[in-house]
Amino acid sequence: MKRKHKRLTFVVISLALLGAASALIMNAFEDNIVFFHSPTDIIEKKIGEDRRFRLGGLVEEGSVRKAGGAVTIFRVTDLKETIAVSYKGLLPDLFREGQGVVAEGRLKGGIFIADEVLAKHDETYMPPEVAEALKKSGKWQGQDKDKNGASKKSKGAY
Amino acid sequence: MTAEIGHFALVLALLIAVVQVTLPMIGAHRGNAAWMAVAKPAALVQFGLIALSFGCLMQLYVTSDFSVLNVVQNSHTAKPMIYKIAGVWANHEGSLLLWVLILTLFGSAVAAFGANLPPALKARVLSVQAMIAVGFYLFMLLTSNPFERVEVPPINGQDLNPLLQDFGLAIHPPMLYLGYVGFSMAFSFAIAALIEGRVDAAWARWVRPWTLAAWCFLTGGIALGSWWAYYELGWGGWWFWDPVENASFMPWLAGTALLHSSTVVEKRDTLKGWTILLAIVAFSLSLLGTFLVRSGVLTSVHTFATDPARGVFILGLLIVVIGGSLALFAWRAPALVSTGVFQPISREGALLLNNLIMATAAAAVLLGTLYPLLLDAIGGGKISVGAPFFNAVFIPLMMPMIAAMAVGPMLSWKRADLIPALSRLKAAAVVTAAAMFAAWAIMTDGPVMGVIGAGLATWLFAGTLIELAGRIRLFKVPLRESLSRLRRTPRASWGMTIAHLGVAVAITGITGAGSWQVESIQVMKPGDTVTVAGYDFTFDGARAGQGPNYSIISGTFRVSRNGEPVVTLEPEKRIYNVSKRPTTEAGIHTMISGDLYAVIGDKGEDGAYVTRLYFNPLVVWMWAGAIIMVSGGLISLTDRRHRIGAPARRRAQGPASVPQAAAAE
Repeated sequence: MKRKHKRLTFVVISLALLGAASALIMNAFEDNIVFFHSPTDIIEKKIGEDRRFRLGGLVEEGSVRKAGGAVTIFRVTDLKETIAVSYKGLLPDLFREGQGVVAEGRLKGGIFIADEVLAKHDETYMPPEVAEALKKSGKWQGQDKDKNGASKKSKGAY
Repeated sequence: MTAEIGHFALVLALLIAVVQVTLPMIGAHRGNAAWMAVAKPAALVQFGLIALSFGCLMQLYVTSDFSVLNVVQNSHTAKPMIYKIAGVWANHEGSLLLWVLILTLFGSAVAAFGANLPPALKARVLSVQAMIAVGFYLFMLLTSNPFERVEVPPINGQDLNPLLQDFGLAIHPPMLYLGYVGFSMAFSFAIAALIEGRVDAAWARWVRPWTLAAWCFLTGGIALGSWWAYYELGWGGWWFWDPVENASFMPWLAGTALLHSSTVVEKRDTLKGWTILLAIVAFSLSLLGTFLVRSGVLTSVHTFATDPARGVFILGLLIVVIGGSLALFAWRAPALVSTGVFQPISREGALLLNNLIMATAAAAVLLGTLYPLLLDAIGGGKISVGAPFFNAVFIPLMMPMIAAMAVGPMLSWKRADLIPALSRLKAAAVVTAAAMFAAWAIMTDGPVMGVIGAGLATWLFAGTLIELAGRIRLFKVPLRESLSRLRRTPRASWGMTIAHLGVAVAITGITGAGSWQVESIQVMKPGDTVTVAGYDFTFDGARAGQGPNYSIISGTFRVSRNGEPVVTLEPEKRIYNVSKRPTTEAGIHTMISGDLYAVIGDKGEDGAYVTRLYFNPLVVWMWAGAIIMVSGGLISLTDRRHRIGAPARRRAQGPASVPQAAAAE
């Protein structure tokens, strides 16, 4: 093979690889991207039952109760709208009433059936999506993690 | 006083680093030996100062000095001593200090042991190292000073996040950082080579041990992190494609590619520009990893509370380092002339294929990790890209590479023939088919991926052994001669063989745990029995207990198989006294065939507990594979040619003429 042909071979192989990777990525994006919605979004945008998404907000005080068979039912609120959530499984250690939560799953008959509830390593950490959803609903009470994460820690519940 | 000494040492180190950036670089340009020589003492003193600073912070933690903010926020007198010490780097400021400690350690190692490096190259390498250090010192002193005092010292501290009070996580960050920062050496060598305008076999031999060491540490660090997630998070999984995991995985992919391409530079004097680019990319991804973990821009299970000012600073640093180095690359890379000719079917061709796939995989992971950020930045909505995406992209990319991995080492350098190589793999093909059939027969209802994974692991394992057998001409010559060939095999070749076998073992574990995991979530009362994958888990109830700084609720599961008792598992839920935060400790029994894994959850009204039981087939093989890979790397690191030092540069020019050579390109 001449040098020029060899270079062409490499270019072709690289392009084929790049093409394959792009096809894989586009295909995977199509099926596997999960949008984030707040309870208000769900009511206002009339999210359908066909798509998985992430729901974020605060776990409403006094809403957590155990149904039979390892199922927990609670409500997630952005302090404007509220959605009932049903989750089968072990809740993460840092799951508490009044704390931020992100759950993944789909809607069924007006109830959000979660198959995953995300845990955080650090209690003072508020998921940015939840913080923003709360800000959008206009009920944000300045519990700003960026500025007084540390001070909140000291005067918190413990 | 201790805090002030530590702070002062940090400031002094910054000033010395500034000197180390400027004088040796100018000296190397002008051929001024005295100025170049400044680099060595500067690097050593810098390391001494940072070690002093780090020692001061450790002293503050050990003595629980609560007049220092960092100690207040992350320590407590009741904490066991090992976690007081680990607390030094289990937080933002302290981990940065650890980062620069390792950076200066590597810099001083080059200064002390780099006697066989040409003075100009050495001066430039150390100068670039100091540039990185300056960036990090400024970052610490301006936004994240670990020695900041509090006005009114509290009586006790706020304790370390309980999840981090764990032995695995105490040693995970230092390992990971040794890996991340190790790539800074490859980066410094790459930048120095770009400035010099010369890359040759000798250069590749100097870079290789650093890359190899960094790769070993990073592999170990990632494996440790995944092991920690496995037993501490209690989710039964070991890899979640979480942004922070991806952050450590991307430099690993780029570093693995770099490791392979540097061999091509050394042996064939080609792929130079590409290797330099990989060195830049590997370190840039390490920096990006730090940025992702430290700035809190992504929602992740690992993210800690953060300060946006830091994010902006790291972003600035990233732009300067990545942008600057890529600009330099674009300007200087055309000067790097390769002498080797390149045939597609050859060892170097196979290594290039490895590189292309590794780079594509790293790019895909990068895209999946950053896409949510980009979309959000342009107002496209909040999304998350989770494990299904990465599995759908990453696994198909890896499959052809692993298939090719068995073939590559059989090809000779320069020009090879594919047919004889493939015909040597006939036996491997037979064994692979048998393994796939066995996997299908045992796990008929399992996913197709399980059968494919079993096939790939067997193919790679058998192919690697056949390559080794071919190298020592087993059964072709008398056994005695084969053994003597075995003894004479260079350690670098051993390292390759062992590391590739480790990959095969790891794939076995990934396949088993990924494809055939059995999970069962239920409510159990004392006396209830649940059967998971043929194992009967009988719940004997839970009792309360006390740990050093936490209280325990510990459940007891008696596990038996066909009436024969196997083991008693005692998963725990710990509530830490100071923070009142709960953590989960899974009860795990490891067997070669798989792990029995039990987690106990909340107590219901009627005395019943939510429990989660798993059988994770073959999962221990994955960590065993990682350990084998690291041992392969370490063995390769002890290769004779690294120990006795690199050969002299091939061209006849003395070191003094190097600047002219650079100028003449």
